[in-house]
Amino acid sequence: MHSISPVIWQFLIKWLTYFAIFPPEASSIAPYADALYFFLVAISVVGLTAVAILVVTFSIRYRKEVHPVATPIDGSTLLEATWTIIPLILFMISFVWGALLYFRIYSPPANAMNIYVVGKQWMWKVEHPGGQHEINALHIPINRPIQVTLISQDVFHSFSIPAFRVKREVIPGRYNTEWFEATQVGTYHLFCTQYCGTLHSQMIGEVVAMTPEDYEAWAAGSTSGNSLAQNGERLFASLGCSSCHNSGANAHGPNLANVYGSHLQMKNGPFVTVDDAFLRDTILNPTMHEVAGFAPIMPTYQGQVSEEGLIDLVEYIRQLDSQYRIDQTINNSAEQPIQTGATPPGTSAPALAPGAVKP
Amino acid sequence: MDSHTVAAQTAEAGHIEHEHPPFLRHHFATVEQQRETATFGMWLFLLTEIMFFGGLFCAYLIFRNWYYPAFVAGSHSLHLWAGTLNTTLLIISSFTMAMAVHAAETRVRKALIGWMIATIILGSGFLCVKAYEWHDEWVEHHVPGLNFSPAGFLHGTKDYPDDKLPLDMAEKTQVYFSLYFAMTGMHALHMVIGISLLTILLIQAWGGSYVNGHVAPIENFGLYWHFVDIVWIFLFPLLYLISRHQ
Amino acid sequence: MSTIVTLPDQSTATLPKVSYLNKEYGLKSWLLTGDHKRIAMLYLISITFFFFIGGAMAGLIRLELLTPPSDLLAADTYNKVFTAHGIVMVFLFLVPSVPATIGNFLIPIMVGAKDLAFPKINLLSWYLYIVAGTMILYVLASGGVDTGWTFTTPLSTHYLNTHVITAGLAVFVAGFSSIFTGLNFIVTIHRMRAPGMTWFRLPLFVWSHYAASILMVLGTPVLAITLVLVVLERTIGIGVFDPTKGGDPLLFQHLFWFYSHPAVYIMILPGMGVISEVISTFSRKRVFGYTAVAFSSVAIAVFGFFVWAHHMFVMGISSYSALVFSLLTMLVAVPSAIKIFNWSATLYKGSITFETPMLYAFGFIGLFTIGGLTGVFLGTMGMDIHLTETYFIVAHFHFVMVGGMLMAYLSGVHFWWPKMTGRMYPEGVSKLAAVITFVGFILTFFPQFLLGYLGMPRRYAAYPPEFQVLNVFSSAGASVLGVGYMLPLLYLTWSLKYGKIAGSNPWQATGLEWQIQSPPLTENFVETPIVTHEAYDYEWLESKKGSEVPTVG
Repeated sequence: MHSISPVIWQFLIKWLTYFAIFPPEASSIAPYADALYFFLVAISVVGLTAVAILVVTFSIRYRKEVHPVATPIDGSTLLEATWTIIPLILFMISFVWGALLYFRIYSPPANAMNIYVVGKQWMWKVEHPGGQHEINALHIPINRPIQVTLISQDVFHSFSIPAFRVKREVIPGRYNTEWFEATQVGTYHLFCTQYCGTLHSQMIGEVVAMTPEDYEAWAAGSTSGNSLAQNGERLFASLGCSSCHNSGANAHGPNLANVYGSHLQMKNGPFVTVDDAFLRDTILNPTMHEVAGFAPIMPTYQGQVSEEGLIDLVEYIRQLDSQYRIDQTINNSAEQPIQTGATPPGTSAPALAPGAVKP
Repeated sequence: MDSHTVAAQTAEAGHIEHEHPPFLRHHFATVEQQRETATFGMWLFLLTEIMFFGGLFCAYLIFRNWYYPAFVAGSHSLHLWAGTLNTTLLIISSFTMAMAVHAAETRVRKALIGWMIATIILGSGFLCVKAYEWHDEWVEHHVPGLNFSPAGFLHGTKDYPDDKLPLDMAEKTQVYFSLYFAMTGMHALHMVIGISLLTILLIQAWGGSYVNGHVAPIENFGLYWHFVDIVWIFLFPLLYLISRHQ
Repeated sequence: MSTIVTLPDQSTATLPKVSYLNKEYGLKSWLLTGDHKRIAMLYLISITFFFFIGGAMAGLIRLELLTPPSDLLAADTYNKVFTAHGIVMVFLFLVPSVPATIGNFLIPIMVGAKDLAFPKINLLSWYLYIVAGTMILYVLASGGVDTGWTFTTPLSTHYLNTHVITAGLAVFVAGFSSIFTGLNFIVTIHRMRAPGMTWFRLPLFVWSHYAASILMVLGTPVLAITLVLVVLERTIGIGVFDPTKGGDPLLFQHLFWFYSHPAVYIMILPGMGVISEVISTFSRKRVFGYTAVAFSSVAIAVFGFFVWAHHMFVMGISSYSALVFSLLTMLVAVPSAIKIFNWSATLYKGSITFETPMLYAFGFIGLFTIGGLTGVFLGTMGMDIHLTETYFIVAHFHFVMVGGMLMAYLSGVHFWWPKMTGRMYPEGVSKLAAVITFVGFILTFFPQFLLGYLGMPRRYAAYPPEFQVLNVFSSAGASVLGVGYMLPLLYLTWSLKYGKIAGSNPWQATGLEWQIQSPPLTENFVETPIVTHEAYDYEWLESKKGSEVPTVG
């Protein structure tokens, strides 16, 4: 030990401590991804070995010194067919396996817990439904499917957790989602893998997978006080949404109770499932999503709501499971539903008694 | 195939050696090979131009599908008379260009020059109308990015009262105009290049070229000119004629 | 019949008195030339210059990545360096490398013509290349551009204040250089073949250039219009890619990759053509399965147009369209596999020698096989999710582009050096350089596969410390690789004055180019050849051994 210079020893220790050659398998899908990877490595090794054996043995056996006269051979259809079909079969196996894995990775289970992530240059803003906000960190419970809903505030980013073998582009203008289920407690890297400008390499975070009990403790201790849905409720009121979206018989907009997950019929015919993306886009581009049976009078909120605000609204609407909740919103905010043909939304009308609903 | 042709020609190369017009380039065996090669080259180049405009048409199709009402309103705001006039000018210019090619093939210098001048005048007329239209878009605040305002689309027009758009769809007319300027701009650039090349050919024709059997440059320029015309034939209905049938 | 290789006695070979090199003297005769061979030499010099600029950028990248923090270069500088590396290497080196140097030189000779169909357009191609290169040099000198070579929107359109427009226009100009080269090749191959030179008598080098030219001609215009739209969005603010104006940034991705995927086949196909020629010559045998190799080139070109969205699997395209693109990606991998096996089979019962071009060809076979197989990893959708945007991608494309294409380029330069210059390169040091390059390459890029699976992202100036050991291996390899690339620059230049005189056919190879003097006359052939033999016909070659190759002077 003393024969090695302390400087070199220091480097060796540092490198060997930190040296990694294979990422941890920390999610439910990771073993499946690794299995496919080993299959691909295996066929690559087999293919490369086959080619190497051919090239090396022919080079030795038929080098000029021992084989001075070349035998002209035109070709062989049988051989051509063989080395066309065998690679094709192997590639097709790979294709099918990869397709199955892909659909698995991008099809979240119905009971997944939802977390929102807004990517911006150069940080990740994570928002839990309970109101916990994190920057460049994501605390999650293990053994529970988690769906992250991703959107960018500016340029393309990419949300990558190598230990979970998942990755999804984070783009401006629409939601992308990704799901995973952590299986191992620990802290794992979260990387931005789409070049996004100056501090792309600093857009790194930590995914902290905890036992469910630890997670509950963390969640209880980290909340900012209001859940996303509560923020959304406030926004819903302050933007005047409840003036059209209420339970009144002559309401100008569809009733939003239980609308999340339902099928709405659009004016031009087809049915649409109401999900996060639909809600977000309707708030920003209502003319693109005219619902059958309602006049196209919803104004656009482009420029008036941030991505976080949209997330709050989406979360609020997601939680709206009864008319009572809507009434609570209306009454809490003291906004009044408009009478037919009367004042446009946003202006005040004569107050109703608390709890009363417009007939 | 073509090597067969070459074989037939070069077999007599020894006898045809003395027939060596000054415009025959040294790497070609015969005038025929030179002419066919040049034409092949021009057709291939036009194929690249189709791919070039293709990207724009692709973007147009996607956005028109998404934002149809905005495209309708945007289209209605263009001057139909200007587009029709331009289409007419271009079609006539293709005719005059074809006549110029015929004049070159029949070796009539004055006719060639006359038809070429007519083509240049018609092409320039097209560009003048286009400049007027662009100026008009500027005045109406329809130039994307630079001075765009959707305000004009929040109310219907006299001819098209139904073109009243809600604000979010009115904003999308900016995409329509982005494509309008990109497509007509790219087309106009090709017109400018064409007119410049035609002017050079005209000057050379004045000096006596192209009526001595060397018709390939005129023919191939004609191909280019017809192509630019055809691009406009597609642009015109796609940009000007959306839902105009009332 | 015998295919015994007896290299002609080099000491008796003499340089011809007149050749394309000394027919005319003076700068103007070079800068205004229509001679495809001189244009090829102009390209050779310019491409080599830009290669070393791109290489210097690579050196900076690997130096920075020796340590985890961003300590050598500031983050912005690093971003500009990798962008420069990508733009210069892709557009100013890889795309023109084999076609514009070796292809320009040889295609007319191989088909039996005096020149390409359009010599002036050929010269224009070179000037466009020089304009593009100058614009890029200007960008580098005046502060750089940091979009990445992929110009991803909306970053490039709205979030950067570097020289995006100039760089985009430079690539646009370089694209037209490429289009005109491809157009020239296609027309030449169709229309200017000598009597008797049927399609299936053409050398496979010509077939692969034909296929690559189809891609150049049909694909590059789409890149051109995409760059125009980016420039318009940056200057006047049209919004086709801007979601706040109703545009779609994914549209840019589709349009960009619609060219950029065929671009990789533009880069590799000519290299594959070189390998066919070299393997055949140094095995003294016709390439096994000529027709299969010829058609596989065209198949790669055709299929290559339909796989672009495999670069977008994680971007949110529909899973069903991802299925289609993945399937087609598997199909496009098959013709490349066919070629590798055909080349290997060509060695069977051959009479093999191991000159430098052959060593590079062997390097190609090994490294391209690895690179191509890792492409299958990436075309496998579920696997791509984990691997995309990491160093696995970087390793994959360097294996195919550098381990594949660059080795093929060096193989071709060495193989045809005697023909182009009349002189042999020094065999001993060139073999050493080939081996150094091979070893250095594997050391540089194989660790990057492991880094990629670990999850290390691309384009990172700083990285977590557990990735350091592999990065150190990679940077160490890069220094070896650098030596391997410097050596040819030195000894090839040396050989121009001091190399042994080559004679017309030092390799005893088939092909029309070896039947004329080295260096060739300006008009290539003293009289138009009439072709009666098949490609790679070594018996025909035997029959020619008696006759003098006509030289002038």
